[in-house]
Amino acid sequence: MALDEHQPREFKVVGTRPLRPDGIDKVTGRALYGADMTAPGMLVGRVLRSPHPHARIKSIDTSAAKKINGVKAVITGADFPEVRKGEARNVLENCIAFDKALFEGHGVAAVAATSAAAAKAALRSIRVDYEILPHVTEIADAMKPDAPVVHQGFVEENVPAGHSENVITFAEYGHGDLEAGFAKADRIVERSFRTAATHQGYIEPHACLASMGPDGKADLWCCTQGHYAARAFCAAALGMQESQLRVTASEIGGGFGGKTTVFIEPIALMLSKKAGRPVKIVMTREEVFKASGPTVSSESDIKIGMTKDGRITAASAQLRYQGGAFPNFTIHMGSQSAFAAYDLAAVRSRGLNVLTNRPKQAAYRAPGAPMAIYAVESVVDELCQHFGLDPLEVRLMNAARKGTKSSYGPTFDDIGLIATLNAAKAHPHYSAPLGPDQGRGVSCGFWFNFGGDTSVSLNINFDGTVSVVEGNPDIGGSRASISMMAAEELGIPYDRVRTVVADTNSIGHNEVTDGSRVTFAVGLATIKAALAAKKEMCARAAKMWGIDEDAVVWEDGCAKPAGANAGDHDPMPLARIARKSPSTGGPIAGHHEVNADGAGVSFGVHLCDTEVDPETGATKVVRYTVFQDAGKAVHPDYVEGQMQGGAVQGIGWALNEEYIYGPDGRLQNPGFLDYRVPVASDLPRIDTQILEIPNPGHPYGVRGVGETSIVPPLAAITNAVSRAIGTRMSQLPMSPPRLLAAIRGKAS
Amino acid sequence: MVRVAVWGSLRTATDGAAEVEVEAATFKQVLDALARDYPGLAPQIERGVSLAIDGVIYKESWFTPVRADSEVVLLPLMAGG
Amino acid sequence: MSKIHVNTSINGDTTEFLCEADEPLLNVLRDHLHLTGSKEGCGTGDCGACSVTMNGRLVCSCLVLGAEAEGAEITTIEGMADGETLHPLQRKFLEHAALQCGICTPGILVAAKALLERDPDPSETEIRYWLAGNLCRCTGYDKIISAVMDAAAEMRGG
Repeated sequence: MALDEHQPREFKVVGTRPLRPDGIDKVTGRALYGADMTAPGMLVGRVLRSPHPHARIKSIDTSAAKKINGVKAVITGADFPEVRKGEARNVLENCIAFDKALFEGHGVAAVAATSAAAAKAALRSIRVDYEILPHVTEIADAMKPDAPVVHQGFVEENVPAGHSENVITFAEYGHGDLEAGFAKADRIVERSFRTAATHQGYIEPHACLASMGPDGKADLWCCTQGHYAARAFCAAALGMQESQLRVTASEIGGGFGGKTTVFIEPIALMLSKKAGRPVKIVMTREEVFKASGPTVSSESDIKIGMTKDGRITAASAQLRYQGGAFPNFTIHMGSQSAFAAYDLAAVRSRGLNVLTNRPKQAAYRAPGAPMAIYAVESVVDELCQHFGLDPLEVRLMNAARKGTKSSYGPTFDDIGLIATLNAAKAHPHYSAPLGPDQGRGVSCGFWFNFGGDTSVSLNINFDGTVSVVEGNPDIGGSRASISMMAAEELGIPYDRVRTVVADTNSIGHNEVTDGSRVTFAVGLATIKAALAAKKEMCARAAKMWGIDEDAVVWEDGCAKPAGANAGDHDPMPLARIARKSPSTGGPIAGHHEVNADGAGVSFGVHLCDTEVDPETGATKVVRYTVFQDAGKAVHPDYVEGQMQGGAVQGIGWALNEEYIYGPDGRLQNPGFLDYRVPVASDLPRIDTQILEIPNPGHPYGVRGVGETSIVPPLAAITNAVSRAIGTRMSQLPMSPPRLLAAIRGKAS
Repeated sequence: MVRVAVWGSLRTATDGAAEVEVEAATFKQVLDALARDYPGLAPQIERGVSLAIDGVIYKESWFTPVRADSEVVLLPLMAGG
Repeated sequence: MSKIHVNTSINGDTTEFLCEADEPLLNVLRDHLHLTGSKEGCGTGDCGACSVTMNGRLVCSCLVLGAEAEGAEITTIEGMADGETLHPLQRKFLEHAALQCGICTPGILVAAKALLERDPDPSETEIRYWLAGNLCRCTGYDKIISAVMDAAAEMRGG
């Protein structure tokens, strides 16, 4: 959309830091999350999961389970109607097996019972006859021509011939003459990298409460990033109309992309349908690790050529991702984003996506980008080191800017990369001295950001307060930002606006809370809804004054005559117009529905200093600073929060977090003890600097910020550690045993 | 006529051309014309694509106008987390 | 097997309940007493989201059996505010935006309160190590540390 309705302005509310509306409930324990809801007659639902990573299911005997006292329903995949081929079918099959167990932890049956004890006994009594099949969990194994085929029927038409049937997607992007480009380089570095699968690590396990009545209408309460998506997936799975299913999003205890789909909800609904009673399912932490959606794991081969004064002459990447037993398009986004920060004449990324016996991957902040950019930024750093060049200077020399043909095709408009790089260069962190065993790392990061379907309704209450009704679960403080934008647009105090996230029956469709889209798209729709409400309020004031509608304007929260000719009328505040609205035509509201486009890309730069203990290989993060372009920071505290949170997730990804599979194809570390996320004592302060290069596609200039910050830490930490120990690291995580081996390997 | 840039792994469907020309004035007309003139592109279009028009990514915006001098880049359907 | 009858005190209120022998205190709080402020993040004592105090000691309620609460004084997040009046830690968490999704917040608040009761003037390092048993995935801990230090200062009369 164009900025023509809005001029750059002095913001009164946007940019301040008011208290969030859901805050008190969250600090007192009143807020209701997925597992906090109950219903009369509620049953406990539990899922039986395959102990085998790959097996044909020959039969399932549930007869003993049905006889156990308290058991009210037992289901398998066979209880679900046939779903048409496509993503809805894949999502359902990932929840509950059809004819094959495709990963260890794959749901094969489920029960609903009056107590946890009865449910547990019921699961134990179910007899599954498995024909164990050979499995593959690693990319290299899955690609071998004689590899066991994980899941047939997904090979895309442009996958080159000669690959195993597990290779299902081929992506390629780029432009220019690579050979000529490499010929101009003074040095070419070719290096291969590996990253393990990681998990979003949200502290709240998946939980839902489903209640279907005999008339086929159902209510679903669940923790989700997108209750409309949950509705769509569940309605398809149950073969019901979407309008018959009302989904309410609970408060959500973290998502980061992992709750943009469903894992237990269709099961809970089917159990409720069969039992005729509400069914609650809560995943255990072990189930979360084994049967929700971790990231892809990756292998990448990077080749970059640079002149001795720091100009990148050519760059290529070969990426191989695995995302479990079902298709995903993460390889595309990885291939597209790998070199996005650079202005290159010759660039190419190629990617292959491979099926394995693992659960279906789900998004984790910027899906596909972290592992690709990690590898690229590591090689750029290695080249800088070789030539003795300043890493930020080299980035500045080669940075994408307005007019750059991006590595994935489109030409960039105004972007914030150079400003962000300059901010990093000028920051005291960059020139602070380093101590013994310390190294400093730099990395750029990039993410696309998205818009999507959005519906907002803004109601002017008779008492002059305003209710904003929207449909995007609040995962980062967006209700506060939306209220702020409504207050700004209407010219009223923030505390007169209340924003609520409504259920799927109460407001039109909303795309999932993902893609860093909420402040951008829901904000945009809120502003437009406020404009519509203002127009109506001006019309009411005009009627009350007996003047022409065109002669009234809105200013400082009041309707005012446009000029002296319009008549001598005192400004009429919103509260008065609201109070009189029953008499002037009825309740006043504005609404806006849009499939929002124009989300701006977001660049970030991270600086970090690490200290590696040469005797233990343990890494201490000594200092960390995040620079990111937010376009316009509506609520700076929440923008900082996204920058800090994503950075720390990236630090965990770089140093400790990984999915470890045994030769038996089973996940060895499905718990927080051995899947080691950062804790408070691991970390320093995470300093932040927000830059604001306005996005022309949003009335206030907002850019999405939620995802970009997970991208730079992987290479920033790797570059810092590699410089600290004097050896280039090329595998994540850089846990102490790996660093120790590298340190000792270098010494010998 | 509009020039549409096609990403690398789709070029088997365009005889290796990185850019093709189609008769179209809107987002949907571009996609329909591509599927019609280059049937090898149809499966990917069916799976889902976006178009970047003059640098702005549009996901499913049938009536967004496209000018003869617009930069139009075909992209896969993308999503975040 | 019949249930165990337990007499205890929760947030100062005399409370009695029935529970299975193998039932954790966390389940009792959430499912029987409808005190859903304490959260289950892992069930194995690794995440701290279920933190409560038992006879003044900070514990993971997922690792305490309901039956062990016999005769004990339990405090949970629900007992932290005094009616309408928030505890300084709660206020500072709001002021410093020390929560995003808020799922870890009850556990962290209970843990931070327990810290300040034994040490009213902890250093940043001491706070970080004390809270190392409380996982937060959203904030990176930065604003949590600011909030605890600010609350400690206010409670000291600073």
